[in-house]
Amino acid sequence: MPPKGKPKLSVWKFASCDGCQLSLLDCEDELLAVTGELELAYFVEASRAMAKGPYDLTLVDGSITTTHDAELIHKVRRASKYLVAIGTCACSGGIQALRNFKDVHDFITAVYAHPEYISTLAQSTPLSAHVKVDYQLNGCPINKHQLLELISAYLAGRTPQITPHSVCLQCKLKGNICVQVLGTPCLGPVTHGGCGAVCPTYHRGCYGCYGPKETANTSSLAAWFSRRLGLSEDSLVRAFRTFYANAPEFRRESEAHEK
Amino acid sequence: MATPVPVGANLVIEATDFPQLLAAVDRLGYQMVGPTLRDGHLIYGDLTGVADLPAGWTDEQEAGAFRLKRRDDQALFGYGVGQQSWKQFLFPPHHLLWRAARRGDDFQMIPPAEAVPRYAFIGVRSCDLHAMAVQDRVFLQGRHVDPVYQVRREQAFILAVNCGGQGCGTCFCVSMGTGPRATFGFDLALTEVLPEGKHYFLVEVGTDRGAGVLQAVPQRAAGAAEIAAAASVVAATAANLGRQLDTQGVKELLYRSYEHPRWDEVAARCLNCGNCTWVCPTCFCHTIEDVTDLTGMVAERWRRQDVCFTVDYSYLHGGSIRPSPRSRYRQWLTHKLATWFDQFGCSGCVGCGRCITWCPVGIDITEEIRAIRETEASLKETEHGDL
Ligand code: SF4
Ligand code: SF4
Ligand code: SF4
Repeated sequence: MPPKGKPKLSVWKFASCDGCQLSLLDCEDELLAVTGELELAYFVEASRAMAKGPYDLTLVDGSITTTHDAELIHKVRRASKYLVAIGTCACSGGIQALRNFKDVHDFITAVYAHPEYISTLAQSTPLSAHVKVDYQLNGCPINKHQLLELISAYLAGRTPQITPHSVCLQCKLKGNICVQVLGTPCLGPVTHGGCGAVCPTYHRGCYGCYGPKETANTSSLAAWFSRRLGLSEDSLVRAFRTFYANAPEFRRESEAHEK
Repeated sequence: MATPVPVGANLVIEATDFPQLLAAVDRLGYQMVGPTLRDGHLIYGDLTGVADLPAGWTDEQEAGAFRLKRRDDQALFGYGVGQQSWKQFLFPPHHLLWRAARRGDDFQMIPPAEAVPRYAFIGVRSCDLHAMAVQDRVFLQGRHVDPVYQVRREQAFILAVNCGGQGCGTCFCVSMGTGPRATFGFDLALTEVLPEGKHYFLVEVGTDRGAGVLQAVPQRAAGAAEIAAAASVVAATAANLGRQLDTQGVKELLYRSYEHPRWDEVAARCLNCGNCTWVCPTCFCHTIEDVTDLTGMVAERWRRQDVCFTVDYSYLHGGSIRPSPRSRYRQWLTHKLATWFDQFGCSGCVGCGRCITWCPVGIDITEEIRAIRETEASLKETEHGDL
């Protein structure tokens, strides 16, 4: 339940592109209402005010990739009554979790002129690997309508209307004709809905950027991709190893097709 | 003006005069919806006239696959049913029930000011007439009548079309006794006939309302040869369906088969994505969602179509009663072909084939029943004797 008076909001960023917290600023029409209901106590993208905790509602984007991150997230947790991980990075490790499949030092030496200046962890991990997370809002980036629904629900002390259905629900509600049945491989049936079925609406298969849905049967979908839609083993690895590469269900599936 | 034709009469309308039929329906102020192409895909959408119908197209359907193809004629209804169904109009999948605004310590109800569309459904197939009759039992004939469905259903004008043998790769209406010929529930029913060089519609009059529409359309009484030609179109369709389902004792079969190993086999393939129920013209499940705005000044209650393939769907206090994909697929199939009989006195499946075509991994209800039926005997003889 939110406190009496204006709840204090803090927004934090770890290893990420920032896109998810910018979704809040992207709420143009609703932004004034948000600031009317919540005090922006700590949100460096939006305000110079940097009030100390405790915070009532904390949104965190980004994954944990450095020892500094790994310490800071505990401080954020201690200062926050209700902590929400927003976006694939915070929820599962993000695209930067591709390093988890290789030796990160190979990348560092290949990319940086002075690798000795780089200090990073071997793996990119979600917040939940470090602290208790009260809610995970998935997506790359998150959907602003879902974010507003989450904040509205928090303020009203009710359950957010964020359903566990596959992307297929949103396709059907939109009247989209299924691209997979028309012949284009689509991760929608194993992917958490929330984006509004953006890609299938434009006749592309879903790329899985909202992560695995509950009880995702990735092996059956992969078998159909390969037998009926002609995808190679390499393509299957790539299909499951993008935005949610590190999510256990997608990770297992991509590894199963790796030579 | 000519005297109205009687209900049950058979008439012929030449294809060249067919536009006048839709124009006559349109003049009555209906919102015409029917098959049309959007971005090259077959949907049910708004029609302004015959030009919006997918003339000259047909389709190929298989489990998990659908493809539109050109025909070598200009048939207006030369394809089967697509992914969408009339359910989306009669039972809107996402519907605002009410809105309320806070007024000091009180609140005020704001009923949605919606203009309820008066639909004319153009090109309804027999299986879908049966599906509407099934949903009538659910929404109209129980203890509680659903007003959203009721007003749309009662006002709808229905122009049915008997299937012409195309796009029936996944249909099994003959097995279910639901087609391919429309026998009830229409204002007018057409059979499109395209013998050598000719193109006409045999029209059967179902209601006085249908007869009234015909008054403005050039037509003539059908001859015996024309009636026979139309009958042979339907007979050819019936002989060429892509699927069959043996319904003999199917309810009892399923009631005996709760622990059949086939459920594990199909659960290994099922994505529990819910597409089969979204596209099913009889599935009626829905949930209620309450939302509030940021300021807490406005609350809304929505009804949204729901499916029995999520864990949440069967969440009771403390947990879900169908946590496994196996139990969820079994619920779906058993509801369609067994418990539906006990609940509503009819089958929940009308054999339209949509769940087969539009399953992203091609799971086939007819194949699942066959597998359960065929292995039941052998299971009895083996160590599974007490299944
Ligand atoms: S296009 Fe993809 S997301 Fe949409 S219904 Fe088909 S499989 Fe599901
Ligand atoms: S049977 Fe097919 S459409 Fe239905 S839930 Fe399973 S995978 Fe999805
Ligand atoms: S099969 Fe599932 S979604 Fe369809 S009516 Fe039955 S319980 Fe509802």
